[in-house]
Amino acid sequence: MKILVPVKRVVDYNVKIRVRSDHSGVETNGVKMSMNPFDEIAVEAAIRLKEAGAAGEIIAVSAGPAAASETIRTALAMGADRGILVQSDAELQPLGVAKLLAALVRQESPDLVIMGKQAIDDDMNATGQMLAALLGWPQATFASAIAVAGPGIEVTREIDGGLETLSLPLPAVITTDLRLNEPRYASLPNIMKARKKTIDQLTPEALGVDVTPRLRTLRVEEPPRRQAGRIVGSVDELVAALRDEAKVI
Amino acid sequence: MAVLVLLVHEAGRIKTPSRAAVAAAASLGDIHALVAGADTEAAAQAAARLPGVARVLRAEAPALAHPLAEPLAALLVSLAPGYSHILAGADAIGKNVIPRAAALLDSQPISDVCAVIDADHFVRPIYAGNALAHVHSADAIKFITIRAASFDAVAETGGSADIHPVTLPELATPAHFLRAELSNSARPELPAARVVVSGGRGIGSAANFALLDPVADLLGAAVGASRAAVDAGYIGNDSQVGQTGKIVAPELYIAVGISGAIQHLAGMKDSKVIVAINKDAEAPIFQVADFGLVADLFTTLPALAGELARSKAEQA
Ligand SMILES: Cc1cc2nc3c(=O)[nH]c(=O)nc-3n(C[C@H](O)[C@H](O)[C@H](O)COP(=O)(O)OP(=O)(O)OC[C@H]3O[C@@H](n4cnc5c(N)ncnc54)[C@H](O)[C@@H]3O)c2cc1C
Ligand SMILES: Nc1ncnc2c1ncn2[C@@H]1O[C@H](COP(=O)(O)O)[C@@H](O)[C@H]1O
Repeated sequence: MKILVPVKRVVDYNVKIRVRSDHSGVETNGVKMSMNPFDEIAVEAAIRLKEAGAAGEIIAVSAGPAAASETIRTALAMGADRGILVQSDAELQPLGVAKLLAALVRQESPDLVIMGKQAIDDDMNATGQMLAALLGWPQATFASAIAVAGPGIEVTREIDGGLETLSLPLPAVITTDLRLNEPRYASLPNIMKARKKTIDQLTPEALGVDVTPRLRTLRVEEPPRRQAGRIVGSVDELVAALRDEAKVI
Repeated sequence: MAVLVLLVHEAGRIKTPSRAAVAAAASLGDIHALVAGADTEAAAQAAARLPGVARVLRAEAPALAHPLAEPLAALLVSLAPGYSHILAGADAIGKNVIPRAAALLDSQPISDVCAVIDADHFVRPIYAGNALAHVHSADAIKFITIRAASFDAVAETGGSADIHPVTLPELATPAHFLRAELSNSARPELPAARVVVSGGRGIGSAANFALLDPVADLLGAAVGASRAAVDAGYIGNDSQVGQTGKIVAPELYIAVGISGAIQHLAGMKDSKVIVAINKDAEAPIFQVADFGLVADLFTTLPALAGELARSKAEQA
């Protein structure tokens, strides 16, 4: 089984982002960037399938600026076999990314695509579903467990009331939720080894994909700030405040 | 032009996030509501009673017994001509289906919309709600999921729409439903609750989570949790509040033993009144709390239950 893992370079989840003063977006200059946390989980899931003997080659793919090759390098250091960078300095939105990934899938013919459920910058939660649609493949989003079962795969998904388990034939698209696994850290020897792995470079044009954004960002605003309230001294004072002041109990 | 809202139903009732999506659709056009399933009689009637719904489309087929993305997306695509917008709540079903249907019609979905400015202009949170993006869509049919906490759900009764049957297009659905493990709690569900009491890693164990019960019972509250509490197995995944869990905006949110990471705040900072109980006075949760109590939760929770009971008895 060959697995494709799309990985996105995003502002690190620990960074407290700032809205640019001209409201054109969020300040990303000089900000720490990392692999999207859900994508780390996807890379880990692919590596575990390989370690279990269920998967062969793992290809890490990123679309974005040249620096996204660092994100691919991280996936290679974790254990992916090779990388593909679709280089573009344009703003990429999920529909465009899904089309790029669909074009790569047609070239590489993987049996499985495992990707994050959500990029923590745009919080769209859309690309995996859109890729599955464009390929006509089944999808299992928000996965918290993956098990190879005969010629197909069984995926347990996080849904509103709890969990549900689906059986899917391959090829298929899976998107990861937080509980799927805890991603490993790359060891120093593996980081060294990853330097020798290849990263092929492509462009949207070479793949014949139009990535023109469909959503135009008119402006980006700070959300309304909450005023910090006050520290109360006791449980009695708290209950009195909720009853008499806030009138919520 | 009319707009179509995909409704999620359970036991013949329309779920709160779907009713919030109906509310959000009000300014966009005549509202048609889609009810899909294998046994939709009661749900279709419930949909017809929603205020603002002009027509109910009822799709009944064995292949719709479980709300899988593949048949639901195919159904939406078959109905899409004639609609300017197709909406759903940003619940697990809406998030799963709407982007799939959108891609089939070459449309870029607009996820988790928290304000509708006009037919093309929407506001949505990005970066865990630390910024709000105003976006403009020129796609012919706009696919949208609605952040339920940002809209007042329409009531369950008041309307009287016609019900029209629609058919599911033929398709081989490759994915199969095998089983579900659902938590059956008698408590209100998180998106619908007026009060939410949430526990974090500070609670310490699954057994200790029961300390929240008396307080939740007295307040008629839903019980939520931080990711750390869910990951540690103290409570089920469907209780997670935050950027990647449920988004809630109750009248009262009580955070117990939760530090207040931005990913958690993303799911609750629009609550009307926030209470934080934490033994660490420096915990970031206090920066968003209206009322903070710096105290040990193990002594505070029983005392809080006692005082709430006393206050309730006095008010009665
Ligand atoms: C991609 C991503 C997505 C995430 N999504 C979410 C999400 O949706 N929701 C979410 O919640 N988190 C999410 N997180 C995790 C988040 O970053 C935090 O790790 C998590 O919220 C911490 O949970 P906590 O506050 O319970 O634990 P901690 O941060 O460990 O806090 C525990 C608190 O309990 C207090 N405490 C301990 N003992 C007591 C006591 N006896 N009495 C009183 N107080 C006590 C401590 O002072 C401390 O403040 C996400 C992280 C990532 C990377
Ligand atoms: N530019 C990108 N390059 C590679 N993968 C991406 C890119 N954008 C999104 N993805 C993948 O799609 C997932 C969901 O992203 P989104 O739909 O934007 O929330 C991410 O977790 C990634 O796995």
